[in-house]
Amino acid sequence: MALGARLTDFAGWNMPLKYTSELAEHQAVRTTVGLFDLSHMGEIRVSGPQAGAALDHALVGRLSAIKPGRAKYSLLCDANGGILDDLVTYKIADDEFLVIANASNTGVVLAALTDRVLDFDATVTDETGQTALIAAQGPASQAVIQSLADDQDARDAVAALRYYACMPARIAGLDVLLARTGYTGEDGFEVYVAADDAVRLWNALYPATEAAGGRAAGLACRDTLRLEAGMPLYGNELSLETDPYAARLGRVVQLDKTFVGQEALALAAQDQPARLLTGLTGEGRRAARAGNVVLNSAGEPVGVITSGALSPTLGRPIALAYVDRDEAVEAASLQVDVRGTLLPFTVSPYPFYKRS
Amino acid sequence: MANPSHLLYTAEHEWIQLTPGADLPTEPVRVGLTTFALDALGDVVFVDLPEVGTEVTAGDACGEVESTKSVSDLYSPVTGTVAAVNQAIIDDPALIAADPYDAGWLFTVTPEATAKLLTSTEYEALLD
Repeated sequence: MALGARLTDFAGWNMPLKYTSELAEHQAVRTTVGLFDLSHMGEIRVSGPQAGAALDHALVGRLSAIKPGRAKYSLLCDANGGILDDLVTYKIADDEFLVIANASNTGVVLAALTDRVLDFDATVTDETGQTALIAAQGPASQAVIQSLADDQDARDAVAALRYYACMPARIAGLDVLLARTGYTGEDGFEVYVAADDAVRLWNALYPATEAAGGRAAGLACRDTLRLEAGMPLYGNELSLETDPYAARLGRVVQLDKTFVGQEALALAAQDQPARLLTGLTGEGRRAARAGNVVLNSAGEPVGVITSGALSPTLGRPIALAYVDRDEAVEAASLQVDVRGTLLPFTVSPYPFYKRS
Repeated sequence: MANPSHLLYTAEHEWIQLTPGADLPTEPVRVGLTTFALDALGDVVFVDLPEVGTEVTAGDACGEVESTKSVSDLYSPVTGTVAAVNQAIIDDPALIAADPYDAGWLFTVTPEATAKLLTSTEYEALLD
């Protein structure tokens, strides 16, 4: 609270929603760097000789196929193909993976992984309570991380770290897992550190962030950043009722292996989804909000908004919605019922923002 | 920021340019949002105000204030007729938080009757 943060209860964690102005924080990530405390995220370690095979069975993707030091975005589905969580998994070594779960789903993910590895020589450990996560996101994030590296070799290693890769590193004299990942659509780093070292790491990263012209950033701007970047949010775009194909995430499903949900998803892959996750852009300043009904030009309901905001970067409303496949045609004119007022929206490809 | 003592307040975190203890004026008076409301809302990005000439009723919703994350109803502190809206804050909603008790006013209303209004002291007691 020393930074004047406004806190919010999020999945049982007392988390910073914003420090000063969420628009200024959003802008900082797009132009310099924003520093996020994301310690609410779940960290679940899967280790053992068959850890890779166990995750291939548990998740829709083939985690065993990626190289150590790489990360992969994947989904945890139930037997019906519904989405239990979307998650990033880091392959630390051939026999060791770190699975990052959404805070509100950590219990579900832990229970599912624990159950799904039973037939494998692998163990599942919840490290959420012992692990903190601090993210530096934005074009100046590399300079911020480098400024806290030990020497030139270490600074070179930070620069050489590829997108969706991770490595053990020493930052501010602390042992961390340094990953070039994020949820903002910008270049950025996520730093996993022992919870006991979290305050020391933050107290080193925060002055470096300020020196780079950046600022502390909260969960409110994280939501507008990820929406501009067209990234789905579990609970909004993804749920047990949505399948990966409707969410346009079919590319992450590898049907040529056995995994929980494979049969249901193999069937779903043969059909076109009735509704597709669709980008919408509006005019003026009034945003569509989750739950608002989408109508076609004839006034018939054809979908529902899952996330919407006035895009701070674009200055116009953007939204994601599940829309009937026939209506989800690029440039089609639709309307959204925003609390009784019909506002025009246009079907637009997402991401709405791509870094240059 | 302290809530100025020359204004009256509502439990919905709005202020109205009425003098505590005085009779209702015949001229239009300004209505705005308190710093407490603005801090809770976050950055305001869109304001939907009642049109000039609209009859508003004390305690009833008469517009909306949107931040990046939320939409909140705007309530009229008094019954009366809307006389003007602040075009400057419609064009740039950030002006509201920059000067909430003066240049950041929302609309003016010619008051005919009031609902329960609070002095700054009573309003601040509500916030504790």
